Amino acid sequence: MTTGYSFSHKHILSIHHLSPDDIDFILTTADSFKEISSRTIKKVPTLRGRTIVNLFFEPSTRTRLSFEVAAKRMSADTFNISASTSSATKGETLIDTARNIAAMHPDIIIIRHAFSGAASMLSQHVDASVINAGDGTHEHPSQGLLDMMTVREHKQHLDGLKIAIIGDILHSRVAHSNILGFTKMGSRVFVYGPATLIPHGLEKLGAIVCASLDEAVIDADVVMTLRIQKERQNDPLFPSLREYAKKYGVTKDVVALARPDALVMHPGPINRGIELMADVADGPQSVILEQVTNGVAVRMALLYLVMGNS
Amino acid sequence: MLLKNGRIIDPVNDVDHVSDLLVVGGAIAPVGTAVPDDTRVLDVSGCWIVPGLIDMHVHLREPGEEYKEDIISGTLSAAAGGFTGVVCMPNTKPVNDSMSVTLFILDQARKGYARVYPVGAISKFSKGESLAEFGEMKDAGIVAVSDDGLPVVDSQLMRRALEYASDYGLTVISHSEEMSLARNGSMNEGVMSTRLGLKGIPAAAESIMVYREIALSEYTGKPIHIAHVSTAMATELIRSAKARGVRVTAETTPHYFTLTDGAVEGYNTNTKMNPPLRAEEDRQAIRTGLTDGTFDAIATDHAPHSPLEKEVEFDLAANGIIGLETSVPLSLELVREGVVSEKKFVELLSGNPARILNLPGGNLSAGMPADVTVINPDLEFEYHEEDVVSKSKNSPFLGWKLKGRAVLTMVDGKIMHNLLQ
Repeated sequence: MTTGYSFSHKHILSIHHLSPDDIDFILTTADSFKEISSRTIKKVPTLRGRTIVNLFFEPSTRTRLSFEVAAKRMSADTFNISASTSSATKGETLIDTARNIAAMHPDIIIIRHAFSGAASMLSQHVDASVINAGDGTHEHPSQGLLDMMTVREHKQHLDGLKIAIIGDILHSRVAHSNILGFTKMGSRVFVYGPATLIPHGLEKLGAIVCASLDEAVIDADVVMTLRIQKERQNDPLFPSLREYAKKYGVTKDVVALARPDALVMHPGPINRGIELMADVADGPQSVILEQVTNGVAVRMALLYLVMGNS
Repeated sequence: MLLKNGRIIDPVNDVDHVSDLLVVGGAIAPVGTAVPDDTRVLDVSGCWIVPGLIDMHVHLREPGEEYKEDIISGTLSAAAGGFTGVVCMPNTKPVNDSMSVTLFILDQARKGYARVYPVGAISKFSKGESLAEFGEMKDAGIVAVSDDGLPVVDSQLMRRALEYASDYGLTVISHSEEMSLARNGSMNEGVMSTRLGLKGIPAAAESIMVYREIALSEYTGKPIHIAHVSTAMATELIRSAKARGVRVTAETTPHYFTLTDGAVEGYNTNTKMNPPLRAEEDRQAIRTGLTDGTFDAIATDHAPHSPLEKEVEFDLAANGIIGLETSVPLSLELVREGVVSEKKFVELLSGNPARILNLPGGNLSAGMPADVTVINPDLEFEYHEEDVVSKSKNSPFLGWKLKGRAVLTMVDGKIMHNLLQ
């Protein structure tokens, strides 16, 4: 890390806005917080008296729970607000909602929203720190960070690794954060999926777009699959889930092309038998549940670090 | 009134020299006319005296959306920006698809601060199904037809529109967008849309429709005007069509030659418009098209929206920005950078719009009504929300330091805007 480094972000809106030093510092901080979750008394007083609002406009189980657990382990007071985006757009605007919540003086607002840019917009209208827990098809920075943490734990470093990301890159905010994050940390990110799900200009973000599944996966250190969103089936981006599973699904044979010590990852929730076969998801190379465990540590680190800069 | 010591730039009459311009009885006096004793004299040394500027693409929002803009506030904004005439698009509520709406607009405009030239709809309700009554609307005062805001999806209807419009000497103005390709997009498709996670509108959504319009114009032999061109490919299609004699004319806007999709960073909804801000290669191609004459006009696509439409999530925000008050300084930047000459600047903003739509004005010929704009090309100003004359403040140029400004706007010899004292 560069000498004289200090973490200077009030908000965590995207991986794009973080430097390699920032990412390194967050991951190192998360490593040190991980131990707290294995104690008998899983609580430290670090954020006592702080108010944290979970503002979720989209259904979420694991991310919301992960942030809530992280906040509670730091002794913060947490409040959950679930609002359906559709009713919000018919009635109160996001800015009005933000101003109302801001009037209650929270220290941190964690937002999940169906529209890209919602976290950025919120940060411009409140005094609190804002953490983006996923906005539209933009980014999901805490997921990217927990993925990097998990890989670094196993491989001790991120530079020079080959990361294969397979599936719906177009709609995946997780993929966007991971492509930016792993690339910043010196990994090479290979992506593959149906051409209809590979967004324009991806190479300019640093990804290597592959012509086949084999090309993406061969000798990879990490094989990450992405969730196919079944609700997008109305938009004819590929013919059927059946064909998707057959042509783009990650099977044991596919994983065999990667390095023997390759990690299998998935941001969850998994469509078993579609993008990822059950035997791979539950196999010895899978670190899917470690990702979840590390999610708490990364989010504790983020809450701690943004409070240090508020 | 006597405008003294200005640089008169009047390309139609091949004039570019420092001299005085005399206005008597609301008309431009012939050179050599004796100055009457009680004439008000304004020293405009260092300024340009040009034919009144004409913006051939604005949205005045009246009738129907007067909370965004009305004909009075819109023409006040025009005068403040140096425009003596504005061509207003028909996508009001109700749509200007009939004589009665046209007459209403012109009636309101009599109290306005600039001349208002209404455009009639191509199709009834701009629904793209059947032709609106061009003949009656022409009698009422429309200067062109367009379904602007929407493309004419049905190619047969567009062909009929070109043919029928020619019976009345009306130019058809095309909003060129292939909707099924542009569908639900909110910015240019490219690396920025991927990084920001916003749905993209490919450049091809414009060029596909521009080519259809060129093909229909070429086939029927009727004129077509392409509105708000934003891409390199569409520019090239228009250039090559012109070279083989197709009767196509085209406009672009200051935002397309000034900004790129990089401006969307931060999700400022005042960078959302349709067509969207494009890539740097497109911006460069637009500038080349201005230099080589592919573009006939600079228009603003002045599209006022209130915070109700703009202070929302980017995907939900309305398309469009205001532009009347920033067109002169942004277009003068082209002169300063050597993209266009002073003469060309005046042609793009005055003479050519008048020629394309057969409007009066666009020149300073003796005896013509005195529609005159005086520009101080060196006047610098910062553009802030509180300075905006338009009722709506949705400009991506707020906070910018701009250079060059209309300091006097005269319509029919009457002063509508004056920073000279």
